[in-house]
Amino acid sequence: MSELARLRWKCRRGMLELDLLLGAFVEHGYQRLEPTQRSQFERLLDYPDTVLLEWLLGRIQPTEREIVQLVDKIRASAAT
Amino acid sequence: MEKRSFDTLIIGAGGGGLRAALQLSQAEARVAVVSKVFPTRSHTVAAQGGVNAALANVLPDNWHWHMFDTVKGSDYLGDQDAIEYMCRAAPRAVYELEHFGVPFSRLDTGKIYQRAFGGQSRDFGGDQAVRTCAAADRTGHAILHSLYQQNIRARTHFFDEYFAIELVHDDAGYFLGAVAMDISSGEPLLIEAKTTILATGGVGQLFRTNTNALVNTGDGMAMALRAGIPLQDMEFFQFHPTGVAGKGMLITEGARGEGGYLLNGDGERFMERYAPNAKDLASRDVVSRAIATEVREGRGVGANRDHVLLKLDHLGADIVKKRLPGIRDMVKTFLHIDPADTPIPVYPTAHYTMGGIPTNRHGQVVVPVQQGAEEPVPGLYAVGECACVSVHGANRLGGNSLLDILVFGRAAANHVIEHLKHQRYHQPIPADALAPALQRLARWNRQARGESIAGLRAQLTKIMEDHCGVFRNEEVLQEGRNAVMALRERLQDAGIEDHSQVFNTARIEAMELENLMDVALATVSSALARRESRGAHSRIDYPERDDQQWLKHSLFNLDPMKMDYKPVRMQPLTVESFPPKKRTY
Repeated sequence: MSELARLRWKCRRGMLELDLLLGAFVEHGYQRLEPTQRSQFERLLDYPDTVLLEWLLGRIQPTEREIVQLVDKIRASAAT
Repeated sequence: MEKRSFDTLIIGAGGGGLRAALQLSQAEARVAVVSKVFPTRSHTVAAQGGVNAALANVLPDNWHWHMFDTVKGSDYLGDQDAIEYMCRAAPRAVYELEHFGVPFSRLDTGKIYQRAFGGQSRDFGGDQAVRTCAAADRTGHAILHSLYQQNIRARTHFFDEYFAIELVHDDAGYFLGAVAMDISSGEPLLIEAKTTILATGGVGQLFRTNTNALVNTGDGMAMALRAGIPLQDMEFFQFHPTGVAGKGMLITEGARGEGGYLLNGDGERFMERYAPNAKDLASRDVVSRAIATEVREGRGVGANRDHVLLKLDHLGADIVKKRLPGIRDMVKTFLHIDPADTPIPVYPTAHYTMGGIPTNRHGQVVVPVQQGAEEPVPGLYAVGECACVSVHGANRLGGNSLLDILVFGRAAANHVIEHLKHQRYHQPIPADALAPALQRLARWNRQARGESIAGLRAQLTKIMEDHCGVFRNEEVLQEGRNAVMALRERLQDAGIEDHSQVFNTARIEAMELENLMDVALATVSSALARRESRGAHSRIDYPERDDQQWLKHSLFNLDPMKMDYKPVRMQPLTVESFPPKKRTY
């Protein structure tokens, strides 16, 4: 529980777009990730906001395949 | 309670807080910065535009012209001494950033690139000026990261993921630091300081539709209010006409500039009725109010008829893809629609807080003393969007907000450095000075049942959007104020089920809502009281600016609750005053 709470706070970002995308994913998508994907998500959160924005809005594709898959999952879970 | 002591405590790690911290650390003061999120995740990171400075790298320019534009843009509510100071200091602020490592875009000549922005002129209202320095479209990010790295090098002490609960002051009104909570452990910490600088940013989260990050809950403004400091000019809030409905992200004017137009629920191009000539390219406040009016009168779109549509599909897929790629990416990601095929649901979105904690041009918080002139509050400073210097007055120019945080972050720090020379020891902290912070913490550890925080927050932001947004008159504002007062009462009965200590975000969100509630009351009360239209504050029942009655700053006091006013500082430092004129562009 506290692990999820810690991640939830790490999803508080400097940009509204990231708050919405990461905040929705940590509530609804994160629990369904495999343990290795969970640690990748944690690593993803360490990237600067501007990099995350480019990835999550689909403007630039990350170079690592695992991150690409994760970014796709987050984009797919974006609530309409 | 554990205690740590510093020369200066800075609350907030955006550009204003970090610029002040760097100046102080370089002067070998002991500086603590408290930030509720990791510093480089502060909202400064989202500033794309740039920094205004009359460098004259592209076209002739002059700080005095920049000053004129800022005074005029403020609709004459800006303090002209502070504006002169800022515009004169701007070139130096930019060169300092360059020195700190900000990678400004370059002209072919090697000089810093500058771009044209709205509201900027040459020769006191003449042709367009080119004044805004930018690091591509990520100026805020570049500034924030450079300042953070410099602070690490200068050994500024960071309390990352600490939430400031309440300011600490003695009975004589001397500010002595703050109580903050370590979010990771739930433990409170007393941070004792000879001087405290508030740099907590704006409060866009007051409104349901806004462009701000979730962290922008006005924490510093609310702490100041509860400590007996009034808030100034809170009725002035900058809105953009087109945000993504229900979410808030900005869709730039460029979309309408390319030929996009707005439709109501009847499929009507309604801007033709409100502005027969300019139509969808009418000024921001006209377009914003037209959208709100359509929705109020039942001509909105969607299940709740609560937004209108921005139509771009007639432009053709090529134009949308080539000229508006950023908007297309964003809309596709969040709405799963392609604006090249489907219109975008939009509604006016809250963007920037012009009002805030009243300060002078040294960043010192100032309050009126009885009937006399205002005086600095000992030990307390405020900079950036949480402060009201006031350089933005009733409306802010693009490119002036990053400039504001840099110039006044530095100015406040310099004033603090002088002050510290004369104050070598900490003042004693009376035992009862910590009571408000402890009560606030205990309150959310006690009550488990009651109304939900998320539910109350949703109601507050909806009330503010409907009653204190772009459509304002006496009746609407009075209803809004009553509703905020009633909701604020209900917050007393709210509870949170989670009383754990480690990363208890429910408790943080409850305290953020308390902060929003207090600042909402300041905002709607100030808007109700001001019976004129000036800058961003537009009253349909008082459509004209009224300099006879209202060329003055509003001050909202929380306890006892009342409005107060003070004159605008019309006298600049060295040049002649710009007297109020009708503001036309």
